[in-house]
Amino acid sequence: MTAVATPPAAPPQRPAPMRPSRSVLLDALRKLDPRVQLRNPVMFVVEVGAVMTTVAAVVGGGDDPRWFTVTIAVWLWLTVVFANLAEALAEGRGRAQAASLRAMRKTTTARLRDGGEVAASDLTRGDIVLVAAGEVIPGDGTVIDGIASVDESAITGESAPVIRESGGDRSAVTGGTRVLSDLIVVEITQEPGKSFLDRMINLVEGAERRKTPNEIALNILLAGLTLVFLVVVVALKPFADFAGTDVSLTTLIALLVALIPTTIGALLSAIGIAGMDRLVRRNVLALSGRAVEASGDVDVLLLDKTGTITLGNRQASEFVPMPGVEEVALAEAAQLASLADETPEGRSIVVLAKRYGLRERELGTHAFVPFTAETRMSGIDHEGTRLRKGAGDAIIAFVEAEGGQAPHELRSVLGKIARDGGTPLAVARDAQVLGVIHLKDTVKDGMRARFEQLRAMGIRTIMVTGDNRLTAAKIAEEAGVDDFLAEATPERKLELIKEEQSHGRLVAMTGDGTNDAPALAQADVGVAMNTGTQAAREAGNMVDLDSNPTKLIEIVEVGKQLLITRGALTTFSIANDIAKYFAILPAIFVATYAAAGESEGPLAKLNVMDLGTPQSAIISAIVFNAIVIPLLVPIALRGVKYKAAGATALLRRNLLIYGLGGLIAPFVGIKLIDLVVHGLLGA
Amino acid sequence: MAWVQLIVFCAVLLAIVPLLGGYIARVFTYEARRPQTWKQYAVSLITFSVLSWLFLYLVLRARMPWDLSFNTTSSFVTNTNWQYYAGETTLTGFIQMVGLAVQNFVSAAVGLVVAIVLIRGIAGRPLGNFFEDLTRAVVRILLPISFVGALILASQGVVQSLDLPVASQEIIKVLGTNGGGFFNVNSAMPFENPNGLTNVLEMLAMLAIPASLTFTYGRMVGSARQGWTIFGVMFAIFLAGVVVVYLAELQATPAQQAAGLTGANLEGKELRFGTGGSALWTVVTTATSTGAVNAAFESLTGIGGLVPMVNLAFGESIFGGVGTGLYTMLLYVLLAVFIGGLMVGRTPEFLGKKLEGREIKLIVLALLVTPLAVLVTTSIAISTDYGQASIYAAGPQGFSESLYAYMSQANNNGSAFAGYTGVTFADLLGGLTMLIGRFAPIVLTLAVAGALATKRVAPAGLGTMRTDTPTFAGLITATVVIVGALTFLPALLLGPVVQGLTTQLF
Repeated sequence: MTAVATPPAAPPQRPAPMRPSRSVLLDALRKLDPRVQLRNPVMFVVEVGAVMTTVAAVVGGGDDPRWFTVTIAVWLWLTVVFANLAEALAEGRGRAQAASLRAMRKTTTARLRDGGEVAASDLTRGDIVLVAAGEVIPGDGTVIDGIASVDESAITGESAPVIRESGGDRSAVTGGTRVLSDLIVVEITQEPGKSFLDRMINLVEGAERRKTPNEIALNILLAGLTLVFLVVVVALKPFADFAGTDVSLTTLIALLVALIPTTIGALLSAIGIAGMDRLVRRNVLALSGRAVEASGDVDVLLLDKTGTITLGNRQASEFVPMPGVEEVALAEAAQLASLADETPEGRSIVVLAKRYGLRERELGTHAFVPFTAETRMSGIDHEGTRLRKGAGDAIIAFVEAEGGQAPHELRSVLGKIARDGGTPLAVARDAQVLGVIHLKDTVKDGMRARFEQLRAMGIRTIMVTGDNRLTAAKIAEEAGVDDFLAEATPERKLELIKEEQSHGRLVAMTGDGTNDAPALAQADVGVAMNTGTQAAREAGNMVDLDSNPTKLIEIVEVGKQLLITRGALTTFSIANDIAKYFAILPAIFVATYAAAGESEGPLAKLNVMDLGTPQSAIISAIVFNAIVIPLLVPIALRGVKYKAAGATALLRRNLLIYGLGGLIAPFVGIKLIDLVVHGLLGA
Repeated sequence: MAWVQLIVFCAVLLAIVPLLGGYIARVFTYEARRPQTWKQYAVSLITFSVLSWLFLYLVLRARMPWDLSFNTTSSFVTNTNWQYYAGETTLTGFIQMVGLAVQNFVSAAVGLVVAIVLIRGIAGRPLGNFFEDLTRAVVRILLPISFVGALILASQGVVQSLDLPVASQEIIKVLGTNGGGFFNVNSAMPFENPNGLTNVLEMLAMLAIPASLTFTYGRMVGSARQGWTIFGVMFAIFLAGVVVVYLAELQATPAQQAAGLTGANLEGKELRFGTGGSALWTVVTTATSTGAVNAAFESLTGIGGLVPMVNLAFGESIFGGVGTGLYTMLLYVLLAVFIGGLMVGRTPEFLGKKLEGREIKLIVLALLVTPLAVLVTTSIAISTDYGQASIYAAGPQGFSESLYAYMSQANNNGSAFAGYTGVTFADLLGGLTMLIGRFAPIVLTLAVAGALATKRVAPAGLGTMRTDTPTFAGLITATVVIVGALTFLPALLLGPVVQGLTTQLF
């Protein structure tokens, strides 16, 4: 597992164009093609209705005044256009990014190791190419020889170059990125036209979008509702005839369009595209919409301790002197032993020593003794004394070799620090043990609150670490995670995932190394770090371009928000129908069964909104139905507000806003439109 | 007095639910000797019903023409008990006994076992075996209760002899939510329903199994709260209906007002039951899909007549028929889960089982088949001369008669706005409607059970939407009401609502 450097606190979010550009408008018109509409049964019905009313408007006849038929026809076309606009707008947001990616895919030639040149677009899996400083890497692959710094800003937006080297977990290179120094040998791992870059372009453009399982299920429900309303409206004709009331085709079509769930039908695909796009803005590429949906369902998060939960570099937090040793003397010895030690631990010891008033200083003649795996200690030989710091037993062996004796308190101090989740480093001067440095792995700020939020959302977090049980338990408690896997190996991680899944839970994890690949593939949501190996990137179903493991939490939130947005707008759409019935039915049946000599029948009393005339009532309902689509586009694109909370609280909140709100809003909206249509325009 | 009767009635019902519900759960918790898949179960059920149909058709042909036989056979095999005939003049006691009463038992049992299969599917258990389930339903549940019930009814004066085997048929008529009366005027006839006590007992019998099944469901899925939540939804809508009918029937109809009459609308009611006993019965018999009547629906006020139609518009899910009520309600619950589930930010799941495309397709079809059948058949009936021949009254009342006839038959209720008369066309269209309204939802429900049974179960967490909270009960209620309202509002406006909003006479 690679220790990942602290990521930027807030990844720069790409700006989102909200204003429809001309190309978006053109797109919306292009989508009027019935073959495009056929994919969406709800909007297809609206389009058919628009065609029929247009024909009625042109042909004329019937009892309706022509201006009424024309108005309805125009607003039905607008309804379809608004729906197309929503989708085009969502797609357009990814397009700018796709364009800049496409610019990178310029034709380059690749230099084969066996001699000869070939166009980058003809490279296939298994080809081996040479890439020197200043050249663009011709395709996705794995570095099999050499080391180089690579500029990946084009895909990650991060300007600092990254190191790519053969072997290990940083061997993956992406086509289109530029080598800045040195020469590497790359084995191509992609088929032509299926590079990471190609996939990214398709993804952000939405070209590869397939309906997700939940979208398919929701579409079936919407199609079912459309079918019911079709039958309801068709049956209304004989019902009305029986009651001696004539209903025109235009009115019936208007009623049908008002009833079928056009709001959600129009926004459904925009919601899906926008969900993917929100991930792209967080620099995460979901390789399928299915993965985004699954992330809303995640029950268990596997988080690596190092770099995710803790800062990843152990820091000196305390000096524990042995009996008879001054704390300052220990601090001074520790400082001297670490002055030449450039590891983060070494530097943190120097920093801690400063609190004892010990400044860094120039050393006289000295010899630095570096850490080795055999001695398991480092130090300095300075002015005739030998200062050493290292693992407890290594230091004990050292003082005994010097002819000294370790005090018996040493072992208990070492044990206590280990139990507390820390790493003890013993310090010795020649034959005397001075004391112990307590190195602590610090938990990142705010993690405890994050985990509490996750718990409220019903998600369990499991910390994965190579530490022993004692240390792991301590850090787990400090960070507030629900569970931990200590002494983790890739195999144990895979087992843990399978174990959780066997209980029906959905598991999400991040990983970067080749040995993470099986676990990434097994997890329901596997987020591969972009810095990782090609194997890891192919095993996961998302790639995090920032390589920030904490992002898993944001991914889950985006997934949930996507599903909530879908549910909320569906509820809103269906709840709207009650008001539309109250607008249109009294308009149709205003004179039905009127007593002799009266113009209004009993059903006129149901005109609770007191709409001006039957025509203005029907027009108002249709206008409301149409303009609610652009009004809700921001919600569809941004997603409804999501606050981490339990399911029952969320349900109550959203039912209140979108259910009850959806019931009331159209009464108000239709009335206001009627005030304009009837009051001002005189319809 | 009517309010006291209502409170006592509800209290007794509440006492019955856990007792009978628990007993039914025990009867159906066993290992089937020959477990069936949902398809095998459906084939067995259909085969059994086809054979029942053929047998009954041949028996009835002894006294009925072919078209009436077709309608009556379909009616009793589908637990509808729509009657285009008068039992006492058309049929003999013997035919009622061997033909109709037998179907009263087995058609109720068929509905019951379908609900049990859906429960098993939701609980993730094997679906069981149709014939074993059917036998248990008849022998361990319907027969023993009917035996005791018939004796009690006979003790109160309900006739029972070999010539007139009324009590034995009366009890299963109500217990099995059948509703087909021995006599033409059904439970308004003193030989079927002599006094206030039998009136209450028969109403309790109608509700007993449908209401108790909610408890059975809770028991079998391992959470009593799940069952009580559904009971609560049904009970709340039921109670609202009772109050509306009662208050509406305390008013005089426009015709009575025009004639200078004041006070309650007693037209078409039996004085021994009064407005209270009639209003309660009206709602019980249409909420459950019984369809037995002790008053003439045709004579109800506009709003009073609206409530039975609304009960039918809710797809007989408010308690509903034996078994059919629960499975219809569970389908509504699944629909509510699908919409509500999204709003908590997870793909929808019910008791740990994910609802995906296949389930939604089946659920939507199962819930929509019946209302669509109603709209189509009513349209045909009112727009053709063949259909209009059955209509008795004019204007909105005539529309209500037709609408009610096809709502009642499609939902397998069997009650009627009495004016509607049977002719060959109505016999055939109605018979077809009953068969579609019965067997299409049954097969689709079995398919839902099959799809759910094999699903992986995800454990519930804080993020999982709970389906046993008041919030969710509200969501179920809204789903039932909105689906019903959106489908039938235009039709209801042109019938009972017009009448309720005007004092005109038609």
